[in-house]
Amino acid sequence: MAREIYQAIVDGILVGGVYALMAVGLTLIFGVLDIINIAQGVLVILGAYLSYQLSVSLHLDLFLGLLITVPAMFVVGVVIQWAFIRRLRGRERTSMTLLVTYAVALIIEGILYEIYGPNPKQLNASYVQSSVHLFGFYLPWIYIYGFALALALVAAIYALLYRTTFGRSVRATMQDETAARLVGIDVNRVAALTFGVGVAVTAVGGMMFGATNAFNPNSGYDLISRLLAIIILGGLGSIGGALVASVFMLTVESLVDIWSPEWAIVVFYAALVLVLVIRPTGFFGRRPVRAQ
Amino acid sequence: MTGTALTGTVSRQRAAAGLGLIVLAVAAIMFPVVFPSPVTTNYAVYALIFVAVVSAWNMFSGFSGYISLGQAVFFGSGAYAVGIAARDWHINGVGVFALLPLAALVGAVIAVPFGLVALRVRRHTFIVITIAVFFIFQLAAANFSFTGGSVGVSAPFLPWSPTEFNDRFYYITLACAAAAVVIAAVVRRSRFGLQLRAIRDDEDRARGLGVRTMRVKLSAFVISGAITGLVGGVWFLYLTQVQPPSGFDPLFDLSLVLMAFLGGLGTISGPIIGALIIEPGQLYLTIKYTNGYASEILLGALFLLIVLFVPRGIVPTGGEWIRRLRTRGRPAIPPASQRAAVPSGPRSEEPATSDEGRRDLKAARRRAGDRI
Repeated sequence: MAREIYQAIVDGILVGGVYALMAVGLTLIFGVLDIINIAQGVLVILGAYLSYQLSVSLHLDLFLGLLITVPAMFVVGVVIQWAFIRRLRGRERTSMTLLVTYAVALIIEGILYEIYGPNPKQLNASYVQSSVHLFGFYLPWIYIYGFALALALVAAIYALLYRTTFGRSVRATMQDETAARLVGIDVNRVAALTFGVGVAVTAVGGMMFGATNAFNPNSGYDLISRLLAIIILGGLGSIGGALVASVFMLTVESLVDIWSPEWAIVVFYAALVLVLVIRPTGFFGRRPVRAQ
Repeated sequence: MTGTALTGTVSRQRAAAGLGLIVLAVAAIMFPVVFPSPVTTNYAVYALIFVAVVSAWNMFSGFSGYISLGQAVFFGSGAYAVGIAARDWHINGVGVFALLPLAALVGAVIAVPFGLVALRVRRHTFIVITIAVFFIFQLAAANFSFTGGSVGVSAPFLPWSPTEFNDRFYYITLACAAAAVVIAAVVRRSRFGLQLRAIRDDEDRARGLGVRTMRVKLSAFVISGAITGLVGGVWFLYLTQVQPPSGFDPLFDLSLVLMAFLGGLGTISGPIIGALIIEPGQLYLTIKYTNGYASEILLGALFLLIVLFVPRGIVPTGGEWIRRLRTRGRPAIPPASQRAAVPSGPRSEEPATSDEGRRDLKAARRRAGDRI
């Protein structure tokens, strides 16, 4: 029993690292643009299909394929922001962006269905099947590689935000858009690039998700609802919060999974509701000075 | 002079609106007589179900600005309540309709704890909590045994012929839709509705001015939940079955938002128009493209078109066009300079500035907008 619990905790942390990467993209987009990107889930699945296509038609290694899929998803993100999000203004912007990103999700999902059909696919490679026996735990290589890559990318995003001029303007825009505009930051450019970066990470998340789960175009909904729960729990716009919340939620889920797999995901959402009853701003959320 | 002219216009407009309502009511009642085909009435029944639910959704979310994506919680719970009660209490035949108040009650009872948790937070966080609660309900319905698991619950058999069945449900859903719209209209005109809209405009200020915001929000949420629960019960009896993904359907929630947006958020006629346009269209697409993918792409494209090109909804945008046409570019109320002859009480010593005229015009516009 104790063994199972330790194994569940280790699994939760490893999977949590990958969710953290996807959640960081989502929370970054929220912080800068003040929108929730409902399409993030289906974009992860799009990333998974891109990896699938590359590995099937070009026999490209999954991790090497990321060199193509990450820039591709970055472009997808910039285009979505430029074509649809940029135009939305006014009092109902919150709900309109929700509808727009949901519409984008529906369209992408429909196109994926047209191309690949509803049958589940899974990414395959030698390191997906084999695992390593470490400190008494069986750890599949893909989890270890994915966790390492996710950590490296989260660190890279941190460096981008805290060590570069671009990152400084992103953080300035997150704090106060009007003030950022006044000091000469091109807020539209920051918004477009941030959306691009936030979506680009879904290529990595998608590859990892596709290698560890069977997926079809419909899998995006389950993902987006988990990611939303994670970023709210961590505190909207907080990158550290997204990290802590992903690991926390996924560990809770994998612990409950020992006892009952059906209820694990219910506990996931119930944990969100419980935490918010006690702390409405999540783990690391800032209390808004004055909500609009 | 201007005053009487204005009252004249208003009463004439009232008369026209009343006449329009009567024509609409007669048309709605005669509809199954003119189009007796069960195929047509099927479209109408679904459209009316959505008119009722969107009006209920709009009564809370449209008025208060709290966009809920968890309305299916009430809808599905109402459906399950009727189904489980009929199954466990062995109620057969037409007697099941006596269970509809139970569906409303279940909707209201669920809305209380749901609202107490969700209404503590605003905007995005509120939206995500409603999604989370929605998923808890969907998964719970699939996992519990008393809900029938993934098989769901079936309704008792109603001994009616297909035409009879659809016609009767047409009138039942028509009654639900009319009741929901009337309740929304009454709420909107009341002090309670004004408090809700004050919360939408600026919740902190509303609280500062003495609105008991939590109580007001929760009351609206409960009323909205009760109506939705009842309509969910009717929907279940019409469809004769409910499963977790159909009773708690994420697309249902987003369709509601889309319908309200297309018609005009926070208006009375907006949800009706939005539901009447989108629900038959959606149903037609699902029936025509049975694989569902093409209808999904089209639906997504429709979402985009609506939000990008009619962001304020048909009713507010259309109302503005009609007003512009009617006044042909002139302001709806003559500017203050032309009304100088009319004594305006204690403030008459103040010069009638153009600023005041502009303010009058704004107030008139707001009033005109409110009527729509």
